[in-house]
Amino acid sequence: MSNGLRPDLALIADWVAPGSQVLDLGCGDGALLAYLQAAKGCRGYGVEINDAQVLACLRAGVDVIQQDIEAGLGMFHAPSFDVVVLSMAIQMTHQTERVLREMSEVGGEGIVSLPNFGHWSHPWAILRGRMPVSRELPYEWYNTPNLHMATVRDFEDLLGRLGLTITGRAFLSDGRPVRRAPALRATQAIYRFRRG
Amino acid sequence: MPLPGSVGVVTPQRMRFDAPLALRSGASIAGYELVYETYGTLNAARSNAVLVCHALNAGHHVAGVHRDAPDDIGWWDNMVGPGKPVDTDRFFVIGVNNLGSCFGSTGPMSPNPATGKPYGPDFPVLTVEDWVHAQARLADALGIERFAAVMGGSLGGMQALAWSTLYPARIAHCVAVATAPKLSAQNIGFNEVARRAIITDPDFHGGRFYDHGVVPARGLQVARMIGHITYLSDDVMGEKFGRALRQHASDIVLRSDYRFTFDVEFEIESYLRYQGEKFSGYFDANTYLLITRALDYYDPALQHGGDLTLALAPARADFLLVSFTTDWRFAPGRSREIVEALLANGRRVTYAEIDAPHGHDAFLLDDAQYMAVMRSWFERVDAWVRAHGGGR
Repeated sequence: MSNGLRPDLALIADWVAPGSQVLDLGCGDGALLAYLQAAKGCRGYGVEINDAQVLACLRAGVDVIQQDIEAGLGMFHAPSFDVVVLSMAIQMTHQTERVLREMSEVGGEGIVSLPNFGHWSHPWAILRGRMPVSRELPYEWYNTPNLHMATVRDFEDLLGRLGLTITGRAFLSDGRPVRRAPALRATQAIYRFRRG
Repeated sequence: MPLPGSVGVVTPQRMRFDAPLALRSGASIAGYELVYETYGTLNAARSNAVLVCHALNAGHHVAGVHRDAPDDIGWWDNMVGPGKPVDTDRFFVIGVNNLGSCFGSTGPMSPNPATGKPYGPDFPVLTVEDWVHAQARLADALGIERFAAVMGGSLGGMQALAWSTLYPARIAHCVAVATAPKLSAQNIGFNEVARRAIITDPDFHGGRFYDHGVVPARGLQVARMIGHITYLSDDVMGEKFGRALRQHASDIVLRSDYRFTFDVEFEIESYLRYQGEKFSGYFDANTYLLITRALDYYDPALQHGGDLTLALAPARADFLLVSFTTDWRFAPGRSREIVEALLANGRRVTYAEIDAPHGHDAFLLDDAQYMAVMRSWFERVDAWVRAHGGGR
């Protein structure tokens, strides 16, 4: 995990083949794309709604389309990208199924990182009478932007129901790889998938 | 006095072109002149030139002031100048008054060599593409083979887009702000109302009003009034004027009731009339017809079966598209059509949708996010200049 990238982004970057066309949904400051452009000769676009993040992308030399990803990806004609990335944002989407379906339509492969709501600390917090608050879920119940929380198993079920085949998975706990009992021990999960 | 960050006093220049320019309409024009201004210094590699294309009622005076008119500040002075987003310490910026306009370049007011009288209605109808070809000749004359960027807002953005496909090798970056890939029926409708106001003014005289020593001022005023409404958002108009009543000189106490006349009653009426009167004092009626027609005719997809992706396929530039959420003249969706076609062509494109309250006019104003986007984009253009022999 080098390059100064957030750990889940570093993992995602490892999965992206050199020279790929990449669409990064909810790309934030464009760090992933900037790295992929510089280190792997990739090309692509970020999609971001936030003004400050759009500026950060511009400054990072990343092409960004200012748009709400839930407004649909109709602007991106299918199939135009080798990889479509959605990092740590799926839990904030209203129409989660639609976003995943569209990802698989405009890209050959989808990669999603998400917080694992099934982490052991979360039921523990609830047992103590509190909503979970953690590094990956830093919000209080009254100010969280997160709408759709999933456990690892929940998410895999949804991919299956959408007819998407999981081609890779990885798990992190506070940025470090988790191999055993990830459903309980991982704070973040990263999946790659494709249609059919 | 020029403010800090201003290019200061500038002197318009004039270039004559003797070779005939073939126009889209089939007509051609020879022996025409273009008035232009430049700011900053062209580098030795001639790689730092930026062309600024103007919209309906602006011209070559983009930044700074004229010696004899210190209050006449350039129309994009907030964008262009030392330390400004388009930094004249780095870029050589050119503003050019388009053919057919009324600020010094050859247009309907100029003498027709065939008759010795003003062209008037005989001035050839022009298109956005014709303007771009004329601008390219100016660039040739100035020794600029390739622009670091061509930029413009509204109708100016259409010219920047046209540059990207007509001269793909001559434009590295294309900046199109608050623009559209073609006018909608509603847009054309507004233009037609404006033209009818001018043409039906008895002082228009079929466009030969110069010979009668008059101008169709009433028609121009109405044209400007309707145009002005489309430049502002409903919210900004409501905030600025609301339903406030106009106080007349004869009012002794603050008026709170109507006058029950058709004279100016509301502040918005007074404002629009003032804008109309100001405009009719300096703008040529035939130019207004010409430029609104150029807007109507702009439709690069027309010759490609309506397929904008095909129309933009020749482009090689990197693109910045900017729209404003409250612009209902050229709403964000119009810019997104362009972005979509550029994406389909695999072009490098950035699209910023600025949440500004001012409507179409926002492209001329100082929104912090808008200015920051432009500044960051021109950092990228500057990096390109430095990579192309542009050491300072």
